[in-house]
Amino acid sequence: MAKYTLSVNNKAMAVEADPDTPLLWVLRDNLNLVGTKYGCGIAQCGACTVHINGTAVRSCQYPVAAVQASKVTTIEGLSATGTHPLQLAWEEMDVAQCGYCQSGQIMAAASLLKTKPNPTDDDIDKAMTNICRCGTHFRIRKAIHLAANNKTTKSAKS
Amino acid sequence: MIGETVSRRDFLKITSIAGGGMLIGFNLLSDSSSAAVAADAVFSPNAYITISPSGLVTLMAPNPEIGQGVKTALPMILAEELNVKWDTVAVDMAPLDQKFGSQVAGGSGAIRGRFMPIRKAGATARVMLISAAAQQWGCAEADCYAEDGFVINKTSGKKSGYGELAAKAATLPVPNDVVLKNPKDFKIIGTRVPNIDNHKIVTGQSLYGIDTRRPGMLYAMVVRPPAFGKVLKSFDDTAARKVIGVKNVVKAGKVVAVLATSTWAAKKGKDALITVWEDSGKLESTADHIAAYTEMVNQKSDRPGRVDGDVDAAFAKGGKVIEAVYELPNLAHAAMEPLNFFADVKENSVELYGPTQVPARMRQEVSKALNIPEANITLGMPRQGGGFGRKLQADNGVEAALISAAAKAPIQMLWTREDDMQSDFYRAGALYKMKAAISADGQIEAWHLNGAALGGGSAVPDSFPAASIPNFRVDTHSFRSNIQTGPWRAPTSNIVTFADECFMDELAHELKKDPIAYRLELLDKAEKQPTGKVGYDINKYRSVVKLVAELSNWGKNTKPNVFYGFAARFSFNTYAAHVAEITNTNGVLRVTKVFCAVNCGRVVNLSGAENQVQGAIIDGLSHAMFSKITFDKGAVIEKNFNTYKFMRQKDAPLEVIVKFVPTEDAPTGLGEPGLPPIAPAVGNAIFAATGKRYRKLPFELGKA
Repeated sequence: MAKYTLSVNNKAMAVEADPDTPLLWVLRDNLNLVGTKYGCGIAQCGACTVHINGTAVRSCQYPVAAVQASKVTTIEGLSATGTHPLQLAWEEMDVAQCGYCQSGQIMAAASLLKTKPNPTDDDIDKAMTNICRCGTHFRIRKAIHLAANNKTTKSAKS
Repeated sequence: MIGETVSRRDFLKITSIAGGGMLIGFNLLSDSSSAAVAADAVFSPNAYITISPSGLVTLMAPNPEIGQGVKTALPMILAEELNVKWDTVAVDMAPLDQKFGSQVAGGSGAIRGRFMPIRKAGATARVMLISAAAQQWGCAEADCYAEDGFVINKTSGKKSGYGELAAKAATLPVPNDVVLKNPKDFKIIGTRVPNIDNHKIVTGQSLYGIDTRRPGMLYAMVVRPPAFGKVLKSFDDTAARKVIGVKNVVKAGKVVAVLATSTWAAKKGKDALITVWEDSGKLESTADHIAAYTEMVNQKSDRPGRVDGDVDAAFAKGGKVIEAVYELPNLAHAAMEPLNFFADVKENSVELYGPTQVPARMRQEVSKALNIPEANITLGMPRQGGGFGRKLQADNGVEAALISAAAKAPIQMLWTREDDMQSDFYRAGALYKMKAAISADGQIEAWHLNGAALGGGSAVPDSFPAASIPNFRVDTHSFRSNIQTGPWRAPTSNIVTFADECFMDELAHELKKDPIAYRLELLDKAEKQPTGKVGYDINKYRSVVKLVAELSNWGKNTKPNVFYGFAARFSFNTYAAHVAEITNTNGVLRVTKVFCAVNCGRVVNLSGAENQVQGAIIDGLSHAMFSKITFDKGAVIEKNFNTYKFMRQKDAPLEVIVKFVPTEDAPTGLGEPGLPPIAPAVGNAIFAATGKRYRKLPFELGKA
């Protein structure tokens, strides 16, 4: 066991964990940030997607020892009030069915929008490799287009 | 039955339980000691509705929510009849309680089965609130009406909120017969209502079984048999117990569980556990299954599913005979949330919390396994990360309960994805030999389906084109296996539709007829000169075929690189017809668009209904393109998502257009019926694009 001070959602958080513990389980078990999900454990499905310094990574294959001073952002910290353009767009498009994979999908999309604020379908095809077992792909694509440049009804109003 | 009065204290107890936090033994509305505390009384004429004096309306969602949308749609029906504004109500997930009737997620049955009873529950509360207002105002009930959470007197204009009327309404007898709303006055049913948990989901606040955390709880991981046909002989837990954080190792039923203070410690303990397995039965491989099916489909069954006329006589006539073999793989359910369950087994009581499609069955099986009366077992359900039929089995809850009992601790059992893949109750793989005779005047004279599947049914014998063909026979065979199979979204229809609808397309091409026009011709035949029983409503069948032809502009395509395929199916009381569009971009085929028409009776939630059908289409397409489960000596080869492939965005259709046939009929099922026609629609589109018949799933387009 080793002690770490992690920067998670802009807060310093002290944890004690084995160095090889995937960040996923530190978030879920030590910090009770359970919005980040386990789906496969081998970086295939993307349910565990979080940001490390603003870029999407699959936390199930990211050892806690590798985090060091990086800034970790989880779905709980994506926005203070749940009003990130993607969150608004996901609600407006009524994307979710079971909802389990959607935190990971939103985090992957948020990473995409940082580099490509107005992505094409091709950009979405390349960046969005997460699995959704319910088949919400089509609405996810629409929601990303909606969120790009804040086109949602709510963000347009504010 | 008399309306019961419940104190605010009890009300709060109920909602905090239903909210998914603490789950303690309770009996809804039964605490007589707190009855008639009029000052803070709430009105709850039945288990589904509670109205507090402050006007808060809480509606209970009775059925497990696995992503099919019933946590939104069922309360919508209550709100409609209650006459409240949807955005003012609170919705809570009901725990298992007989007051909620049959709490099952399966067979696309929740809306169909509950539509009228739930409407009545909502209408009962509305009628009682009107009575309460009329009594308070000393006027006739007929002078009053309810709207948006208020009762209003037509003549005087007096107006009272439901909250103000709650205490009075709670003292009134519950009427037996109430008049339901005229559907033309519906304000909520038929509209687009977003998923009730959307905001929680997009902010990571929606809690699933895997997120259950309780004081003193240990995380449990299990070591399971590595293959069907293997059982535990012995284990050595010396190394496992040395892992920091591991607190206990117990044998529970067929598995060994490692209990630890964190998931990762439990996982490390699981990996360090040494287990020895021995053979207990056959170790089967997929190649053996295929060989067996191939032999089976050349034999007649002793009990054919349907026999009209004489197919053999028709085949012997010397006309043209067409044969084709279709093959489908086993599939896993692979819900995104791997199986898990929380259990806290005490001396003579159990608390259960977790994902299940069959809470009542789970409680029953846990009761039997632990010899603890059902009355002492509570079961609560969180939102669930998919179901697809896997959670119709109760094994996850039973296993968790056995582990908790053995460890004498509250535990949360979590399967790894690999556990989930190896211990599924799989969608059975199947093989079909299809054979048809074409008469000299260009009609299908005989149709013979001969199917074999892994441990289950392989045909729905009265499905179309039955009744439209004079000689028609269905034979099925089941291969007895120690590999577990079970219901998977749209059971049986999800295999046989591929054979039925692709073969029909083959015959239409053979007859040089348009596949849609030819089906309409056969439907006319089934209507005018039916052979045997007609197992489907011909008008409803036509309604979806015609609507999807219109939607997709069928037959009018002018783009050289774009191709279309059609298929339809009646399953789970609903009619669905799909047209798949394939675009060939420099030799790479992609399903770019899917058009779909559905006749499911009245639609309750338009957004949710479209989402279900769009999801079923992508689900079916994803499996048809990529997924298969194969066995080598009882062990699953595809153990995780690197080998068990699912569709990603780059393969997903850019548009899935769904339209519902407008109808006043009562609602039927919707979770499943959108799935069966997509694989054959795509298979038929691939033929249109390539001139080749792909008769084996997954399509694996690059390989053929």
